[in-house]
Amino acid sequence: MTVFILKRLVIAFFVCLAVSAISFALMFLSGDPAIAIAGSGGRAEDAEAIRVAYGFDRPILVQYVDWIWSALQGNLGQSIYFNIPVSEIIGNRIGVTLTLGFIAFGVALIVAVPLGIAAAMHPNGLIDRIALILAVTGQAIPSFWLGLMAIVVFGVWYGWVPISGTDEWQGYILPVIVLSYYALPEMMRITRSGMIDVLASDYVRAAYAKGLPARQVIWKHALRNAVLPLVSLSAVQLGQLLSGSIVIESVFALNGMGRLAWESLLRSDLPVVQAIILLLSLLYVVLTTLADIFNALLDPRLRGASV
Amino acid sequence: MIRRINTVTIAFAAIISLSLSMPASAGKDDNTLNVAFAAEPEPLDTYKIAGREGLILTRHIYDGLLYKDLDTGEILPALAESWEFTGPLTIEFTLRKGVKFHNGAAFSADDVVTTLNTVINPDYGTRYLISVDWIESVEKIDDYKVRINMSKPFAGAVEMLADALSIYPHEFFSKNGTDGISRTPIGTGPYRLVEQEPGVRYVLERFEDHYADSPKSGASIDRIVVRSIPEMNTQYAELMAGDLDWIWRIPPDQAARLESRVQIISAPIMRIGYVGFAPEALNGDSPVSDPKVRQALIHATNRGAIVDAFAGGASKVLNTPCNPAQFGCAQDVAQYEFNPDKAKALLADAGYVDGFELEMIFAAMPRATAEAVAGDLANVGVTVNLNEQQYAAGIGQWRNKEVPAFFSNWGSYGIGDVVFILSNFFGGGADDLVQDPELAQWLKEADTSSDRAEREALYTKAVKRIAEQAYWMPMYNFNVNYGLSPDLSFTPHPDEFARWWQADWK
Repeated sequence: MTVFILKRLVIAFFVCLAVSAISFALMFLSGDPAIAIAGSGGRAEDAEAIRVAYGFDRPILVQYVDWIWSALQGNLGQSIYFNIPVSEIIGNRIGVTLTLGFIAFGVALIVAVPLGIAAAMHPNGLIDRIALILAVTGQAIPSFWLGLMAIVVFGVWYGWVPISGTDEWQGYILPVIVLSYYALPEMMRITRSGMIDVLASDYVRAAYAKGLPARQVIWKHALRNAVLPLVSLSAVQLGQLLSGSIVIESVFALNGMGRLAWESLLRSDLPVVQAIILLLSLLYVVLTTLADIFNALLDPRLRGASV
Repeated sequence: MIRRINTVTIAFAAIISLSLSMPASAGKDDNTLNVAFAAEPEPLDTYKIAGREGLILTRHIYDGLLYKDLDTGEILPALAESWEFTGPLTIEFTLRKGVKFHNGAAFSADDVVTTLNTVINPDYGTRYLISVDWIESVEKIDDYKVRINMSKPFAGAVEMLADALSIYPHEFFSKNGTDGISRTPIGTGPYRLVEQEPGVRYVLERFEDHYADSPKSGASIDRIVVRSIPEMNTQYAELMAGDLDWIWRIPPDQAARLESRVQIISAPIMRIGYVGFAPEALNGDSPVSDPKVRQALIHATNRGAIVDAFAGGASKVLNTPCNPAQFGCAQDVAQYEFNPDKAKALLADAGYVDGFELEMIFAAMPRATAEAVAGDLANVGVTVNLNEQQYAAGIGQWRNKEVPAFFSNWGSYGIGDVVFILSNFFGGGADDLVQDPELAQWLKEADTSSDRAEREALYTKAVKRIAEQAYWMPMYNFNVNYGLSPDLSFTPHPDEFARWWQADWK
């Protein structure tokens, strides 16, 4: 188990390094950052002064090595746009994204798992059909549209919840609902199909044959095996919820990391973009590693599997 | 089971009732102006920023030595009581007494000297060099008199001093620098910043000790709360729900839809759209090197229809490479009406009977507008290869002389004088892909002359030459649509600086 975890961590480190190097290079391919920072009113002279002031005139490789060296020492640099340390900006915004992501994930999980199990118990029954409708609409409806509709109905027409921002905790209600609705279908379907497979297996039939009550068979025997794929999926889903809530954060004017990443990209605030990319790649690596370890704990057969 | 349902119902009802007890929308009732920007304002150090959002906030917090009344075009005294050119390269200012900064410090010559001498130092990293590179040094004559020594003659000097160059309190600024002033902006302006979450939320409060004779005096709104809300649809929803009183930059089609629900104002601004032609690009080996071709391209483009369809509001077709509202932008110039037959004849004359292919980059312009131009040109046989770019990438290729046509826009820093547009594109610098030496010389003379009549004559000659040679296809002046609470009285200005100190409730 220790070797398994160590191997995972070494791979994780190189994945992060590769992601940050590629993203660094890509940003320079998307246009001259000095001109972007000078803005649409900037003259060639302004861009030139910025190029020198921020060190963009150095070779990209030198800039990258400098950056990664500082980052390894815990210094993520200074935001070009806000002129304050990147760690401070991220510190100010990460709370919103974590709150939104974790609550939405929790809500999605709480709805998806029981619904998936219930649907699996009675395929093609009423609950299964309701679950199917939820899954299809959740996947088909774009989250920005759903967000805007929710704003119009609950914010403008009824005035029940704030339209934007998180000045009050109620500001999280609509974004959480929309975000979890987007995460729900995959979780529910994977629980349903996992349960159907397991319920048809010999050991479950044997358990029933022994006369165990249905509740015990499902919760104690079947679910443990059915959730294995759900654990891996959850790691990816949680990563997506934490990193990919750009649309939701924009629609509901929540000042989280997703929006910060997007706007920093548009304004070529390279130190911020780099730091976010590094953090998000770290996050994915940590989540998938945790999922692997958790799966290995649930299913002893996986512990011996090669990485 | 019944008990469980009841618990859920009660919990749900509790959530709903808590939600209903949220504070009602502010606005007129508590004399608070609620504002939203789509873009996040930059740190509030005037000299370091380019975005209009941050600059609007700084103009409420800081004052300059002078102020321009855009309605009359008159330059008014602000922190300086009076001023005079004491030589071709020196300006002396008598400063106002009894002015207080937001931290209680008294305003004096030291503040002007420290602020301006700091921001002209290249190490300070002032964003737009053009705003300060004409200042050689600033000297204190006595506590209420300063002299600016200019490094070169610069016709835009007075315009720049009119509110664009903010004055900071010298003790605080010399101790804390740009970081300090951005984190704790302290000025002499009509509003003081009482809260900020950088880029996200700002709260301004009326400064009760603001000096009485200020051109910015008379603010009637107590508080201004500015939030950034990136999604325009969310802004519309909040405006309609009464949670916002002021939003801007609403696209024309949306403005028309909102008109029945809220107050919409469309106002012209300095920014203009243009297609620049580059005779110098591709080593001069491009059809646009021929003036007849350039003229044909303008004749072929139905600019009137494009403006009506995509800009609407207060926008008008332009014939000049500058905004008619700017000083020096003569309107008596060659005009190219929409006439595809004439365009075809000119192309045939230039040896392009079968047309040609034209690479056109567009940046910071709506795709639909670029496609409309391409569609019109296709009708006379010119196949336009449209290439959409970020502004940085587009202007980079333009400066590298890689493209014969560039469709974009320019805002002249919101200043009503052609000094900030003509020389940039035709004065012989990096953005000038025309390189007409005579034209560049006229502009140089006009930019450095202090004789207003002489400047006007030279700019007129320049504008006429540009139009006659069809170096540019001027498209239209932009307009901004503001969405306002029905209770708000607000007057927009063409420099895109919202003056909330002049706003009022109806």
